[in-house]
Amino acid sequence: MSTQLPPGIQLEKIDDRIMTLNVGPQHPGSGHMRLIIKVDGDYIVSCDPDPGYVHRGEEKMAEYRNYIQNIPHLERPVIHDSSNILYPYCLAVEELLGIEVPERAKYVRVIAAELNRCIYTLYWLAIYGIFLGHSTMFMWPAGDRELFIDLLEAMSGARVTHAYLVPGGVRNDLPANFEERCLRQVDYFEKRLKEYLAVFYKNPLLISRTEGTGILSKTDAIRLGTTGSVLRASGVDFDIRKKEPYDVYENLDFETVVMKEGDSYARSYVPYLEMFESCRIIRDALRKMPKSGSVRTKLKPNPKGGNDEVYKRVESGRGALGYYIVSNNRPEPYRVKISVGSFRNLICMPYLLKGELLGNMPSVYWSLNYWPVEADR
Amino acid sequence: MSSENDKDGQPSGTSAGSSEDSKSLSKEDAKKFYEEKGIDFSPDVPVKPKPIPQFEKSISDRVSSKFGSKVTVDYVRAGRIRVSTKKEDILDVAQFIRDELGYDHAESVSGVDYPDSKEIEVVYHLGSYTDEKLATQVLTLATRVPREEIPNPGKDSSRMTSLREVFYSVEFHERECFEMFGVYFEGHPDNRRLLLPEDWADIPPFRKDFKIKGR
Repeated sequence: MSTQLPPGIQLEKIDDRIMTLNVGPQHPGSGHMRLIIKVDGDYIVSCDPDPGYVHRGEEKMAEYRNYIQNIPHLERPVIHDSSNILYPYCLAVEELLGIEVPERAKYVRVIAAELNRCIYTLYWLAIYGIFLGHSTMFMWPAGDRELFIDLLEAMSGARVTHAYLVPGGVRNDLPANFEERCLRQVDYFEKRLKEYLAVFYKNPLLISRTEGTGILSKTDAIRLGTTGSVLRASGVDFDIRKKEPYDVYENLDFETVVMKEGDSYARSYVPYLEMFESCRIIRDALRKMPKSGSVRTKLKPNPKGGNDEVYKRVESGRGALGYYIVSNNRPEPYRVKISVGSFRNLICMPYLLKGELLGNMPSVYWSLNYWPVEADR
Repeated sequence: MSSENDKDGQPSGTSAGSSEDSKSLSKEDAKKFYEEKGIDFSPDVPVKPKPIPQFEKSISDRVSSKFGSKVTVDYVRAGRIRVSTKKEDILDVAQFIRDELGYDHAESVSGVDYPDSKEIEVVYHLGSYTDEKLATQVLTLATRVPREEIPNPGKDSSRMTSLREVFYSVEFHERECFEMFGVYFEGHPDNRRLLLPEDWADIPPFRKDFKIKGR
């Protein structure tokens, strides 16, 4: 055996008591990612997350395309939440180019973003259910998600990758009698959510597997810089829609969901409660929206960005999502950095899994609302 | 051979250019054309004076009065203050920002490559969960490290002090910056690759001289 190893590869001394397990990188339901877990009997001694299997270089690709060409590929990291990942990009480019957005477009964007948040959360809930062995909780959200997808399909023409939000507004106006359809769907969905509570969240099986596991205290949640439902489940009242309202969120009636427990159960319960708030926002936005008017400010062909930098953030389904764009008087951005919630919450994984039972690993992992494709970008 | 081709190609090229010129629109015509289509033809970025709001001014004053000429404080836009400093001073500035100003976590760490000035800028975006007044603020802490033509990540002069001791949340962000730009963070406990494959043997991919195929 040659002693010459390729750069970056090390040999590891094997202990006869500690066993190393590779969880992944086969598709664990959401994307490819590996957890290198060391176990002593049934207890996890250490956990080393190894993301990067779905790294696509979105940030690098964005440096070669102009501000309009960047729209469709930047939504790829989270196609289930495509409006929310494009939202900060649109806000940042508007700030950079000094574009005013029509009033109606702002409301349409909020509606699209909230519908998309429901789509994402339902998809996540479906996987969370099936990974805890609850098949009903896979079937129900996956089915109800289709109804939201139909709504967004009517708005944008595409099932999942909408590319509906563009700098300057939205791509096209709402279809005829959208309001009626949307309200009917929201009414139905709120009734449905109550059934989820009975069948899943009050289920003793779920409670016994998640309550008290993977506890993240408030100080640690702040120190580790977590975001989104992970942060709010640990008792920190921070939602960018409330704290730094963008577009028309300040006019809309909703509340931030905060729980104190900080365990897996709280982390999985917060996104569920937020779906009620999303329904409230959609209803309120439909009521307050101007009934007619332009929905898009046309950009000049090949707009240039000036010598400037901008950082804009929104609240996505997984937490704060920010775009840092540096421009240098060219039609292409000089540098685009996407700060995503999943990547920020990744730091919790070794922290929470240490000392945990191996059997609790799936419930802790999925409660973090982690999306490998988004974390890798 | 090639030079002959060039000479032959030159006159035909110029003639084609002149014929195109006669066909293509003049600047005024183009302007008219876009105006008819309702497309705005004003300068790309409207130049607006930026008055500093009260709260942002108080923060920037506190930083600049503490560090004086060691830092450059710019007001970028509402809620966004940029503090640029030398890499030797960044630990002190970061400590002050955390302890005195109340920022408690990092949202992202981005590298920006400037091959022309032979520097890589490392940009920290810092936010606060604990201080209610800072909820709308994101402080940009930037520093520049030298950049070498032929990078040797971890062993060349592109290095700076890690801020993990101050902001624990930068741990994975700094690891990403290390592999993508080759900036080594001294004092970081875990300077391994994160996203790139273990056997990656090319230059750090987010540098400007790493080209995407076909672009």
